[in-house]
Amino acid sequence: MTDNNVLLTVEKLVKHFPIKKGTFFTKTIGAVRAVDGLSFVIHRGETFGLVGESGCGKSTTGRAILQLHRPTSGSVIFDGANLVQLKGEDLRKMRRKMQMIFQDPYSSLNPRLAVGDIIGEPLVIHNLATGKQAQERVEELLQLVGLDPRFSDRYPHEFSGGQRQRIGVARALALNPSFIVCDEPIAALDVSIQAQVVNLLEDLQSKFNLTYLFIAHDLSMVRHISDRIAVMYLGIIVELAGSDDLFDDPLHPYTKALMSAVPVADPSVEERRQRIILEGDVPSPAHVPPGCRFHTRCPVAVEQCKVDVPTWREVRPEHFVACHLATA
Amino acid sequence: MEPLLDVKDLKVRFKVKGGYVHAVNGVSLKLNESEALGVVGESGCGKSVSMMSVMRLIDIPPGEITHGEVLYGGRDLLKLPDSEMRKIRGKEIGMVFQDPMTSLNPVHKIGNQIMEVLQLHMTMNKQQARARTAELLGMVGIPRAAERLDDYPHQFSGGMRQRVMIAMALACVPQVLIADEPTTALDVTIQAQIVELVKRLQAELGMAVIWITHDLGVVARMAHRVAVMYAGQIVEEAPSKELFSNPNHPYTLGLMGSLPRLDTGSRERLVSIEGRPPALLRAPQSCAFAPRCKFVIDRCRKENPLLIPVEVNHWSACWVDVKTGRPRA
Repeated sequence: MTDNNVLLTVEKLVKHFPIKKGTFFTKTIGAVRAVDGLSFVIHRGETFGLVGESGCGKSTTGRAILQLHRPTSGSVIFDGANLVQLKGEDLRKMRRKMQMIFQDPYSSLNPRLAVGDIIGEPLVIHNLATGKQAQERVEELLQLVGLDPRFSDRYPHEFSGGQRQRIGVARALALNPSFIVCDEPIAALDVSIQAQVVNLLEDLQSKFNLTYLFIAHDLSMVRHISDRIAVMYLGIIVELAGSDDLFDDPLHPYTKALMSAVPVADPSVEERRQRIILEGDVPSPAHVPPGCRFHTRCPVAVEQCKVDVPTWREVRPEHFVACHLATA
Repeated sequence: MEPLLDVKDLKVRFKVKGGYVHAVNGVSLKLNESEALGVVGESGCGKSVSMMSVMRLIDIPPGEITHGEVLYGGRDLLKLPDSEMRKIRGKEIGMVFQDPMTSLNPVHKIGNQIMEVLQLHMTMNKQQARARTAELLGMVGIPRAAERLDDYPHQFSGGMRQRVMIAMALACVPQVLIADEPTTALDVTIQAQIVELVKRLQAELGMAVIWITHDLGVVARMAHRVAVMYAGQIVEEAPSKELFSNPNHPYTLGLMGSLPRLDTGSRERLVSIEGRPPALLRAPQSCAFAPRCKFVIDRCRKENPLLIPVEVNHWSACWVDVKTGRPRA
C-alpha cells in the first residue's frame, strides 16, 4: 500500500490522566494509563474498527486523535500534518476535515438550539456560510441523512433517538470532512433503528468517500462495517487484522474470548459453540499488571507472560498480534 | 401439565398528561416448571412493564392494571392482599433488575442486604443468615465470599454487583426467577459469565426463568421458548430453535434482518425496519406493526390480528403468511 493511501498515522500515542491528591497543594500520585502506546494507520476510504470493553481506552483514543484530549505523547499525522503540534487557528483549520459522531444522541445535541442551528453551527464557526446559504446547506444535509428539510426549526426533544443520531450525522457532515470518528454511534439505539443508522453511514461513506474510525463494543456490528479491526485491552492494541481474517482466525487469547462471549442469534449454532469464559474483571488502568497486561485473566498464560511485555509482531501478512504464544 | 405461572390477557396503562399510554395490551404467557422463557422486544414494547405488573411492582398510580389474571399456585396474584404478595415476592418469585449500579442500596453492606431477605422470609437468625449469605455469594462466583460480606456496593464491579443481585434473588430458592435485562449494562465477557451462571443455577436448582432482553443472541443462548413483543402485545411465540429457524412474524423477520451475524461475516446491507414503534397513546385497534410492515394488506389496518398457530407450539399474530406473501385463510 502506497503512502498516498494513508490518511492517518498514529504513532506511540499515549494519554495518561493524572491521579491527584490534596486540596490546596495537589500532587500527582499516579496515572490512569487510558491509552498506553498505540500505533496504527488508517487508509483513505476505509472503515477502521476499534473494539474493546468499557474502560479499555477506545473512546479516549478517538478523542486523542481529534485532539479533544491532548495526548501525553506520541504523534497523530493527518494529511501530512502532525496534529499534536498544531495549535489555535492551524488546528481549527484541520478540524474541518475531521469530525465526530457521539454515542449518546440525547446529550450530544444542545436542547436549546433548533436543529437547523445545531447543524449550521459548524458553518458559522468556520465562516463558510451564513444566512440563506447556510439554511440551504442545512436543508440539503437534512435530506441527505433521511430527515424532512422542514424539520430545521424544530428542537431535539421532538425527535426519537434514531432521528437525533441522524441529526448528529448531519452536523458531522456539514463541513465536508474526510474523516469521521464514530464513537459508539449505535450503542444507545434499538436494534431495528441501529440497522437504519449503520446503513446510512455506509451510504454516506460510498457517496463522499469518507474514512471512518468506528469505535464500538458490539463485535458483530464492527465486523459488519469494518475493513480492518483493532482489538484493545487495557490501553493497548492486542491484535490488528483485516475484518474477516480477524474473525475467522483470531490469534490473541483475548480476541478469542471476546468473540466466543458474543452470543449468536441462532440456537443450533449456540449449542455447538465452544465458549471461553474469562474469569474476573478487567484490571484498573491505574494499576496495569506487569508483563502481558492480559495475563491475569488469560486462560493459556505461562510464566513468561507475567514478566515480559509481548512484542508487536506481524504473524501473518497484515495480521498483527501482541502475544508470546501466538503462532501463524 | 399445569403451568407454574399463567398470565392471562394482561392489560396495563399509565396515566400521562391528557390521556393514557397503553403499555401492555393483552399479554398472555405460560411459564412451565424448570423452563427458560425469553421475552424479546425493543425499548417501550412493554416487556418490562408486563413482568413488573406480574410482580405488582409498578407504581399505582400512574400505572393501572386494567385487565387480566396472573395465576400462580392456583391463586391470582393481582387479587392478593399486599401482605400475601410480599410473602411471594422475593421468596417464591425472585427478580433481578437491569442496572446493577443502582439496584443495591449504597449505604448498606452487601452481606446485610442479602441477610435481610433471609431473615424476613426464611425465619433464620443472624448467624444462620450470615453463613447462608456467604454460601450464596460463593455459589454465584464471588471469590473469597465470606470476607466480602462487610463490603459496600461501591467496592464491587458491575459484573460482581449483578452477581450479588442474583444471589439476593436466589436467597430463598425461588421457583421462578424474573431477570429483566440483567446483562444489558455489562460488557460481553461479563455478560457471558452471568448467562452461564444463570443457566447453571437453573439446572442445579430446577427453577423456571423468565429472561427479558432486547438481545436475540442472549435468547438463543439460554431460552427454551421465546415470546416476541411489539407495542405491548406478543406478536410471535415459539420454541427457541423453531423461532430462529422459521420466524413467522414480519417484525421478528425484521429484527433478525437488522442484526449482523458474528459467525458468517456477511457484508450485505442490513435489512432495517423503517419508521419507529408507535407511541401507544391509544390501545391498538388494528395491527400495531402495519405502518412499518413490508407485507401489509388492507385487513392489517382494520383488524388487530390474534395469535394463531402456524406450526406445532408456534403462534404468530399476523394476517399474512410471510412464506407466500398471501393473506391467511
